[in-house]
Amino acid sequence: MNTTVATGTEGKTWGGGNKPLTASYGKLMMWFFIVSDALTFSGFLAAYGFSRFKFIDSWPIADEVFTHFPFLHGVEAPMYYVAFMTFVLIMSSVTMVLAVDAGHHMNKAKVTIYMFLTVIGGIIFVGSQAWEWNTFIKGEFGAVQTKGGNILQFVDAEGHRVAVADFAKVETGTRTQHESKNGLWFVDEGALPAYTMGEINNGLAAHPEVLVRTQIINEAGKKTVLSREESVKQLKDNGRLFVQGANLHVNEYGSPLFADFFFFITGFHGFHVLSGVIINIIIFFNVILGTYERRKSYEMVEKVGLYWHFVDLVWVFVFTFFYLV
Amino acid sequence: MAHEHKLEIFRGLVKFKSNTSKIWGVLVFLTLITVIEVALGIVKPESLMGKFLGMKILNWIFIILTIVKAYYITWDFMHMRDEVKALRRMVVWTAIFLIVYLVFILLQEGGYIESVYSSGFIKNDF
Repeated sequence: MNTTVATGTEGKTWGGGNKPLTASYGKLMMWFFIVSDALTFSGFLAAYGFSRFKFIDSWPIADEVFTHFPFLHGVEAPMYYVAFMTFVLIMSSVTMVLAVDAGHHMNKAKVTIYMFLTVIGGIIFVGSQAWEWNTFIKGEFGAVQTKGGNILQFVDAEGHRVAVADFAKVETGTRTQHESKNGLWFVDEGALPAYTMGEINNGLAAHPEVLVRTQIINEAGKKTVLSREESVKQLKDNGRLFVQGANLHVNEYGSPLFADFFFFITGFHGFHVLSGVIINIIIFFNVILGTYERRKSYEMVEKVGLYWHFVDLVWVFVFTFFYLV
Repeated sequence: MAHEHKLEIFRGLVKFKSNTSKIWGVLVFLTLITVIEVALGIVKPESLMGKFLGMKILNWIFIILTIVKAYYITWDFMHMRDEVKALRRMVVWTAIFLIVYLVFILLQEGGYIESVYSSGFIKNDF
């Protein structure tokens, strides 16, 4: 019994029994996944842009936030480290595409080497990102958060940052942290800030060279520095909490939203890199075991390669919007 | 299993002998762009601080250079150059249309809220 129905489209491009896109099912699905993942990342970055436009005159300046380089303490090196990270990721993209190319030539030895180098590049990148997070969370100078949630930083007459630890007058006998074992058992309190507002106020009064810098960006594109009288008054009237480093609640560099988006977007990207590294390792062992040699096609390397390049692509945008713009 | 690679970039201005040499060529190009970006970001030339369409010219340059980088990553590393037109349009135009639309809406709204903060009856300098 012949059940074939003639549709009149046989032999045409989309008539069936044909590969109009000349790509395999797996590659197409990887492309569609990449499109949807790209939209997810765009959503995050667009939300970041929304918040930034909302606080356009007080957003932290990235050059002042990411100034550190491993093993170089006290040296102002804005962006060099993240430029290095970008280069590592682009480099591992290159080794990946070389692995794909070697796969096309069915050259098992070369695919193995290039996959290995790609994994190493990915690991260096994730490690660098962990270091970057660590530096950001620890912070450097410390700052004071006001009642309105703004950040007051401290500078000397030349405009160089001054650490709160360098001028705060430490008093003894201030209050201790409340613990449920020696107070109300149903209430908890987080760790107390390293300095009380009294200590910072007294320290500022005793150091006439220290000024307060607000987060408002002036016409010259710099953060506004208050006069001496305004500094003392602003800190006394509005200062509420000593802040060191950044987390999801406070951020010594400025708007807490900056830290929130930084952790979320670079974290989500780092998670992609991590899963990419794991997938690459799996493929690497498959290559060594000769799976694709027996399959007579290294297309799996190509599909994983697409994902890996996509991770690189996203980083290019994260780099621009977090560190450059 | 034919793997035809188009070996010219910059609209045929540069043509490579093999796929491998094209990969290295694109790497050199991407590295160059990154170096320019970082150099501009550190120097911040005064002449590029003027505004164009509500954003600093320097920022426009950064964004354009980023898109250039994204183009070469997609076209040469992800081999979009070698795919058929239908696949390329399906992936690229869909994404670009939706992203441009979303970015426009959110930035517009963010700018509006900023104007409410700065010129409305809201106090946030305490």
